[in-house]
Amino acid sequence: MAMTATATNGHATGERADLLVVKDLKKYFPITKGFSRKVIGEVKAVDGVSFTLKEGETLGLVGESGCGKTTTSRLIMRGYVPTGGEIRFNDRRQGWVDIAAISPQEMKPLRRHIQMIFQDPYSSLNPRMTLMQIVGEPLLVNGVAKGDELKERVAHLLSIVGLRPEYMVRYPHAFSGGQRQRIGIARALALNPQLVVCDEPVSALDVSIQAQTLNLLQDLQEEFHLTYLFVAHDLSVVEHICDRVAVMYVGKIVELAETEALYLQPLHPYTEALLSAVPKPDPAYRKRRIVPAGEVADPSNVPPGCAFHPRCRYATDICKIEVPELRELQPGRFVSCHRVEALTLQGVTEE
Amino acid sequence: MSSLATSAGVTAPPPTDDVLLDVRNLKTHFFTDEGLVRAVDGVSYQIRRGRTIGIVGESGCGKSVTAQSILRIVPRPGRIVEGEILFQRRDAPGGGTPPVVDLTQMDAGGREIRSIRGNEIALIFQEPMSSLSPVHTVGHQMIETIRLHQRVGKAEARERAIDSLRRVGIPRPNEAVDRYTYQLSGGQRQRAVIALALSCRPSLLIADEPTTALDVTTEAQILELMKELQQEYGMAIQIITHNLGVVAEMADDVVVMYLGKEVEQAPVEELFRNPRHPYTRALLRSVPRLGKKTRDRLEAIQGMVPDPFSIPPGCPFNTRCAYYRPGICDDPQYVQVGPDHWARCNRTGELD
Repeated sequence: MAMTATATNGHATGERADLLVVKDLKKYFPITKGFSRKVIGEVKAVDGVSFTLKEGETLGLVGESGCGKTTTSRLIMRGYVPTGGEIRFNDRRQGWVDIAAISPQEMKPLRRHIQMIFQDPYSSLNPRMTLMQIVGEPLLVNGVAKGDELKERVAHLLSIVGLRPEYMVRYPHAFSGGQRQRIGIARALALNPQLVVCDEPVSALDVSIQAQTLNLLQDLQEEFHLTYLFVAHDLSVVEHICDRVAVMYVGKIVELAETEALYLQPLHPYTEALLSAVPKPDPAYRKRRIVPAGEVADPSNVPPGCAFHPRCRYATDICKIEVPELRELQPGRFVSCHRVEALTLQGVTEE
Repeated sequence: MSSLATSAGVTAPPPTDDVLLDVRNLKTHFFTDEGLVRAVDGVSYQIRRGRTIGIVGESGCGKSVTAQSILRIVPRPGRIVEGEILFQRRDAPGGGTPPVVDLTQMDAGGREIRSIRGNEIALIFQEPMSSLSPVHTVGHQMIETIRLHQRVGKAEARERAIDSLRRVGIPRPNEAVDRYTYQLSGGQRQRAVIALALSCRPSLLIADEPTTALDVTTEAQILELMKELQQEYGMAIQIITHNLGVVAEMADDVVVMYLGKEVEQAPVEELFRNPRHPYTRALLRSVPRLGKKTRDRLEAIQGMVPDPFSIPPGCPFNTRCAYYRPGICDDPQYVQVGPDHWARCNRTGELD
């Protein structure tokens, strides 16, 4: 079965060069109190995250709100300064650079090669700019093109994402949500990036528009050899588009594996619970689900031991005391659970 | 079903006993400065007691305006221009059988609708904070609702509020009742909203995208909770959603809407197994399914939902439909295609 997936993807596991290596990444936000802003604690939004992104692949980052998936993506964009860890990126021009360690000035040239697609196409586009200005801005700012050439490039970009080049004189308000998302994608692609961080790119779109946008993202990846870091909470979308998936819970990766293996046979109880919680579009599926009790732990007050233990149906004494390490159980399969050897968890199958 | 003539003012023959709400040819239009928007344009369906009906559709299909019409909270410049919404009251004013009333005939701010709204028909929204006050405690809001509709003292209302909070699974309800909403998490807020909605034991609960803003594990908890409470209280639920998974999970019957019209309705299993309208088919095919294992392209629906100011003539789906034939699809009829199964398509017999 793994073979078929590899065949259809064409590039699930092949020997590819690394593009991004994240090592023990941390971001703690201080909690302050009172007028003097005294620090009384910290929110461990991202707490020791490590993963590798290979060229041309799509890595999914999933988890519930507060798990740190968005913070991780912002750190890679250097929207935040990391508290610790490394983010090594293989830049097309400069070679390996540690994004976590460089200055904002040094980051600037790198931004050409790391772009972002945002969740909300209504707030991420400037309503006072025409499509020409929105899509052309990165080209102009970076001195790539101007004048008639700029116009040509913008027209080309719009046609790539399936918008009519004549639309370039219009403003975003004239477009629907799905079209706006295409505008955002065109802007992200303007500088021919190596890595595109997609933060919930389809979750604000209507069902019928989601499919078009996912297809577009896949087509563009093939055509321009893009690497995606795909941050999302919708597990069916993630399964559809990602080669590998990292599941996060309260600032840590709890499981990382190839998509098919992870969905077929999850190794972490949280992954099992997430997969089971998704409402399936098939009434025959109304079976008893494994719904974890309680709520996502507070990242400013993480439970001791395994952060998931208060909600885990398999938790034993060791889970309450000792923090489980993220271990490579099989090649490419990482999981952090004390009881992984003892458990057989339930995945999803088509029937 | 859709061709019922409306008799002006007079209540039509009462629906059968187990029908709680009967929407007949409802038309709610918005008279905006830019033009006329037919947000709901001839929708008919029935909700039976204790059952769950799912209303599915994309943004702009009129699913939320239908709910607003039932509660008579359609915002200006919208207005119900035609149709009836027959509702079976819970109690008879002077004993005897509870009357069937037409909600469309009531004064939107009048005493009668206010005795139904929040009492016999409750509504929960997508965003819990939009139905909770940030400056009052949870208990304050619940006690106010309970005392508005029921003759009970403050102390008893408080007891009932605590009871409701306990029932929806809020930990330490004795303390939670005195908390402000900002002190609750998203999932707990939605639980509080449900407790508030159910505090008067409504016979119909309208849930407009109740779990869209929630995480998946919380969503699963809330859906389970709604099912449990339905069993316990025997209320009917109208769940409005764009999520086909939620519909499959919750609904007994489904109405699919597109641009203000219902294009298909059927019992849930029939609809998912044997969809007979091209839009329903396309919608079901376009969603990625968990466990599918392939990464082939999705079968996306081409184009997009037309602008509400310029709905195409003829079948509203014709701009995106693979089965569209000029001449045949100009006036789609709502035809019965199976037991309790209707589809608004002239080519429904020819779908492959």
